[in-house]
Amino acid sequence: MIPGAFDYHRPKTVDEAVGLLSSLGDDATVVAGGHSLIPMMKLRMAVPEHLVDLQDLDDLKGISVSGTAVTLGAMVTQNELIASNALAQACPIIRETALQIADPQIRYVGTVGGNVANGDPGNDMPGLMLALDAAYELVGPDGTREVRARDFYDAAFFTARSDGEILTAIKISAPPAGHGWSYMKQKRKIGDYATAAAAVVLTMDGATCAIASIGLTNVADTALFAEAASAALTGSDLGDAAIAEAVAAAKAITNPAQDGRGPAEFRTHVCGMMVQRAVARAAERAA
Amino acid sequence: MAKIHVKMTVNGREVEGLAEPRTLLIHFLREDLGITGPHIGCDTSHCGACTVDLDGKSVKSCTVFVGQAEGADVTTIEGIAAADGTLHPLQEAFREHHGLQCGFCTPGMITRAHRLLQENPNPSDAEIRMGISGNLCRCTGYQNIVKAIRVAADEINSAREAAE
Repeated sequence: MIPGAFDYHRPKTVDEAVGLLSSLGDDATVVAGGHSLIPMMKLRMAVPEHLVDLQDLDDLKGISVSGTAVTLGAMVTQNELIASNALAQACPIIRETALQIADPQIRYVGTVGGNVANGDPGNDMPGLMLALDAAYELVGPDGTREVRARDFYDAAFFTARSDGEILTAIKISAPPAGHGWSYMKQKRKIGDYATAAAAVVLTMDGATCAIASIGLTNVADTALFAEAASAALTGSDLGDAAIAEAVAAAKAITNPAQDGRGPAEFRTHVCGMMVQRAVARAAERAA
Repeated sequence: MAKIHVKMTVNGREVEGLAEPRTLLIHFLREDLGITGPHIGCDTSHCGACTVDLDGKSVKSCTVFVGQAEGADVTTIEGIAAADGTLHPLQEAFREHHGLQCGFCTPGMITRAHRLLQENPNPSDAEIRMGISGNLCRCTGYQNIVKAIRVAADEINSAREAAE
């Protein structure tokens, strides 16, 4: 499978990259790790005339952890997320999620920025970022702006990022020490997208759940923040009744496609199972 | 669409060439450089037969454009054995323990295992299985592949200890 022809650009700075996108217009596409884009190009479902490779933009490469303030450069790879002990300490669900993405070769190359910016409902990081209430930093010709993950996803492959903008960083305020977490993903095989997956983060105050937050992967046109399901847990004792209410609320907002992963009803059912298991696991881990 | 001039190091040798930007690294290796050890299996980044080492990372060279590898240090299966042709312990172990049947996946399997052992010199069987989970073999059922990698790890570790 041979992709369509294109011109290749490798800018050295963010300004240069943004300038290229402005001058080249709609026919240009940025590429980070390329493991979503290149397969699409090989199928000719994406036929950019210009490819702007971000790999030399060193400003997009670091992981910074300062207390609960976490900043991930867009070009940080899944493998680098997994390898960072500071990150695993502050916000361990990120490592747990990254480990469930694709396979080792793809994790060496695939980036967190590409994963969240692509807008594919099958990607795992958007659901996680919705649960963590992350913000994305976007740089374009008019400067820098931040968009909450919860305001970012419009439809499959349609996001708040405009064509002239580059997603440069992800900012997360990690839940407090002692929080519980779990990313549960049902997939057919390693390398597959989720049949359904759930990200759960919660903080306990004694026997009461003080804050809970749930994100869902690949059960609708976009990743979903399960607001009602989160609210069902918040203030509860995380008992069977509360969990059943959260599961029902999560399932109610799903609208999965029927595909090789199963009929829509099955994927909604699996989504409920993932929520139930992720809440149980997060509760076990919470201090 | 102008061709681009690319330079990289492949198996310790500096190479360069003119290529269309849409050229995938696997095609540059196989068709321009004649390095045919890395195979094209699925061509969709699933099977891992095209795995090469790129700047210390295992990558699927069917999903990397040649321009992205500009300036990189690339190792293929051809670069795993010693210069005098002595097989690497992984290659010996795959042969000794029947870690292949048809051999199509083997270059990618060994190149991947080579990087895995650099990062984790003494992996458990579970870690080996996770480590090669991006490489598919349709013949062996993986049992002998895992065994070969474990034996090679032991071999490399014993040789290292003996040298110290």
